[in-house]
Amino acid sequence: MYLLEEETEGEERRSPMSMRIAVLTGLAIFMFSVIFFRLWYLQVLSGDRYLARAQDNQLQEVRDQGPRGEILDSQGNVMVGNKLGMALEVLPDNLPSQTGQRRQELSTLARVAGLDLAGIRKALAGQDPTITGGKVIVKRNLSPDEIYYLREHQASFPGVEIDRVFSRTYPDGDLAAQLFGSAGQVSKEQLGMSRFSGLKQGDVVGQSGVEYEYDRYLRGGIGDTKIPIDASGRPTGNPTVTPAQPGDNVRLTIDPSVQATGEAALGSFGLPGAFVAMDIKTGAIIAMGSRPTYDPSFFTRPFTTARFKALFSSAASEAPLVNRAISGAYPTGSVFKPITATAALQGGLLTPQTQVFDGGTLKVDVLTLHNAKNAVFGSLDMTNALRVSSDIFFYKLGLKAPAKGSGGLIQDWARQLGLGSQTGIDLPNEAPGLIPNPAWRDKLYAEHKTDRPWTVGDNINLSVGQGDLQADPLQMAVAYSTLANGGDVVVPHVVDRVEDVTGRVLQEVRPQVKRHVNIDPANRQAILNGLHGAAMSPGGTSYPVFGNFPIQIMGKTGTAQRAPHPDQAWYVAAAPFGNPRIVVAATVERGGFGVDTAAPIVEQILADYFNVKPGAPAVNPSVTTTE
Amino acid sequence: MASARTTTPPVRRRPGADFAERLNLPYMDGVLMGGTLGLIVFGLFTLGVATTNDIPGDPLHFVVRQAAYCIIGLVLLFALARIDYSRFRELRVGIYSLMVASITIVLMFGAAARGSRRRIELPFFGFQPSEFGKVLLIVALSAFVIERVRRGSDVRRTIRILILGLAPTALIFLQPDLGTAIVFGVITLAALFISGTKWTHFAAMGAVAAILAVMALVVAPAVGVPLLRGYQKERLTSFLHPSNDPSNSSYQINQALIAVGAGGKTGRGGQATQTDLDFLPERHTDFIFAVIGERFGFAGAALVLSLYALLVWRALRIMKMSKNLYGTLIAGGIAAMLMFQVFVNIGVNIGIMPVTGVTLPLLSYGGSSVIATLLAIGLLQSIHVQSQLNPPSRARPLLI
Repeated sequence: MYLLEEETEGEERRSPMSMRIAVLTGLAIFMFSVIFFRLWYLQVLSGDRYLARAQDNQLQEVRDQGPRGEILDSQGNVMVGNKLGMALEVLPDNLPSQTGQRRQELSTLARVAGLDLAGIRKALAGQDPTITGGKVIVKRNLSPDEIYYLREHQASFPGVEIDRVFSRTYPDGDLAAQLFGSAGQVSKEQLGMSRFSGLKQGDVVGQSGVEYEYDRYLRGGIGDTKIPIDASGRPTGNPTVTPAQPGDNVRLTIDPSVQATGEAALGSFGLPGAFVAMDIKTGAIIAMGSRPTYDPSFFTRPFTTARFKALFSSAASEAPLVNRAISGAYPTGSVFKPITATAALQGGLLTPQTQVFDGGTLKVDVLTLHNAKNAVFGSLDMTNALRVSSDIFFYKLGLKAPAKGSGGLIQDWARQLGLGSQTGIDLPNEAPGLIPNPAWRDKLYAEHKTDRPWTVGDNINLSVGQGDLQADPLQMAVAYSTLANGGDVVVPHVVDRVEDVTGRVLQEVRPQVKRHVNIDPANRQAILNGLHGAAMSPGGTSYPVFGNFPIQIMGKTGTAQRAPHPDQAWYVAAAPFGNPRIVVAATVERGGFGVDTAAPIVEQILADYFNVKPGAPAVNPSVTTTE
Repeated sequence: MASARTTTPPVRRRPGADFAERLNLPYMDGVLMGGTLGLIVFGLFTLGVATTNDIPGDPLHFVVRQAAYCIIGLVLLFALARIDYSRFRELRVGIYSLMVASITIVLMFGAAARGSRRRIELPFFGFQPSEFGKVLLIVALSAFVIERVRRGSDVRRTIRILILGLAPTALIFLQPDLGTAIVFGVITLAALFISGTKWTHFAAMGAVAAILAVMALVVAPAVGVPLLRGYQKERLTSFLHPSNDPSNSSYQINQALIAVGAGGKTGRGGQATQTDLDFLPERHTDFIFAVIGERFGFAGAALVLSLYALLVWRALRIMKMSKNLYGTLIAGGIAAMLMFQVFVNIGVNIGIMPVTGVTLPLLSYGGSSVIATLLAIGLLQSIHVQSQLNPPSRARPLLI
């Protein structure tokens, strides 16, 4: 034992121990150096390379979307529901990489699932190439036979999966199709939009109508399972699972009965058109329909582009996807006259008592204008002018009303009453419409887009709702409700509230007033009396339809000239007279005189709303009437 | 200090001096203490950022517990620093028995985690006797070494120490806990080495070990008696070919390596993904260094490395300072233990060592490991304090 031996020798006692400590120290220095230089190599010299690898490290995400919220009518009945189906999905990344094999697999798949190969290819081509692990649904609602076959032959279909998917059901068929809109896979452009942030290719979102506007409630929480994978896609750890949450239900203000009645009445003419019924105080939409329409379940099934085009974008289809009640941009004909009347009375061009002579013609420069059907009415005050719908009376107001620059008396009042801009309804794709004015026309002329600058003739046209004016039924309903409710320009809304699956109210849509318009009560009453007379008293333009209607209403016909098309029929009504609650606007393209097509639609809607039987047609005394 | 022969320290009077005096604070190694506290603070901070999202609603779950363990450990450290470690010599048989008994109990009744029995579950916490066993083995084995120094021949002494050291090593290997078993082996070798065992004995041991290794890895499996479990063999060899092995241990090494490398010079901070997104399991225990590497980069890793270097340097220095051979042996054992654990654990994290399940002293989450390490540092402080109070004389080491 050298420790014992050495210890006695004084000077050298420590050297063997010191040597061993030195060896230990050397070992420590060696170990720390190895670690230090390895760290230097890893972090300082190769840091960038490892950083790239870290960023390449990824999580594979399998997304699972719960059922979308239901869309309910005002009474809580399901208008848009869900059904669970087994969907056939293709994961492009997992398909064979060799073109021949890929083609072979897809064509077999097309045959088995009863699809066409081009459709599958197109669906795959639409996939966002920047998103890995995305899947493309090529068919929903596989039949049990198809599921069995594909499950049994799973091995011969790499990259093909069968997954549970919810799709929309429409218990009422095509009822209110444009209002509901459709839900579909989020598009590549939409992924970049903030309202769709956090979504991935393959997620289903609302694409139009209520489905779009209330998507964030209806969509619910998208569940996902994140599986860490290595570079070759092998799972390398435990998945983290976030369960899907069902979406919240949206309850509409729509009265299902009025909706169905309106659509049936509009559909009976077989012509394009639209109607809207609205609560004049709250702006709640009671019914809204548009023709032509479509079967919304079309979008729950895979379809080909050719078929989509034939149904929705060919000239013959007449754009069934467009909700004409909020996106139709039409001249309105005489239903505009109450707006001209308001402008003229408020602008001091005349008083309610002022008598204006209607001799049946009006000469403006070289042009001689006539009443429709060449009627002659003689002396008229405002109320009677509205009742018989004298064109000459309103032409004179148009001639007198100042219009300069981008405004004018009639233009400004039309704008005040809600025309020329979006009403703010909770639906997408609302058309702003157009109120023609000198500046607008002159600009077009300067740009050689029209044949002449603004003339007084344009103002005369506007005074009776003809010419360049563009408005839709909803805007007219808002304008009439403003007159009827005493000046509140309401913001229309179709959704009453958002509820969770148990019916608990999560959010209520509060009625809003965009602005208040001051209209002298005497002026307002003269106009309302005129509209009342037009519908309810002999000689009124819609007396033949409403003369025997059990509820006193106010209504105005319109016949808009849309050369080269046949005339477009309009009717706007508010009821009951004296204490109006509802405003209904209807228009029928190529429908001729308003009293012939549009007024009967409004009559049906009002009869259903007030739960009365429409009276027998009344016969006007044989005086010449005009629109 | 060279000539101070009194056991009464110089008289100093300042506020709190009495208390500090009673704790032996003036005689403790301040640098060692600073390094220890530095590692504890850095460790708690790293643990905090690494485990924020591990337990929903309780972001500080691990930090609070680890902090509590640290406080318990520090109290024990100061208590130990007050005691003259030399007294443990007389208790060597008791200490050794306690260690072997606790490890045996764990082997028989311990709570199983992932196929191995390492812990004893007590009402408020579970503890892992093998962690404390490291320190107990150092204390007991050092005492036995000195015992054997007095009598017996060279070869018999070496064999006896080997048997005393390798018996608990074998028990731990059976738990099975390969990493800690190797630490026990290293402690045994360190005791032999420091006590001056001849190089020829080490050569002989090496030869025997080589033969045993061949038996264990080649012969035994060939005749149908596998000694190393499949995962142990895999762990031990997978680091040699990390990229073509899809198994778990290779995955961990790979992910840790990417994490550390991705940290670059100054770290990814909040952008860290490797250690944040569950790519790396066990990131609060065996792979905490990868978290440091990724979050704080070379700067942070080098800082941690320097703190460990500081600890090892002070341990080696205390070895030399010790008033007796017993202190030298204990300090040497602790130095070897720290060096080995730091090298192996960090080595795993940077892809130069196989995954063995060795904790990183003071940084890895775990009460037993932290408290045992602080106990070891308490022993170092005790040796330091005693050397200050009783400077070594030429004769003392001889007499012990």
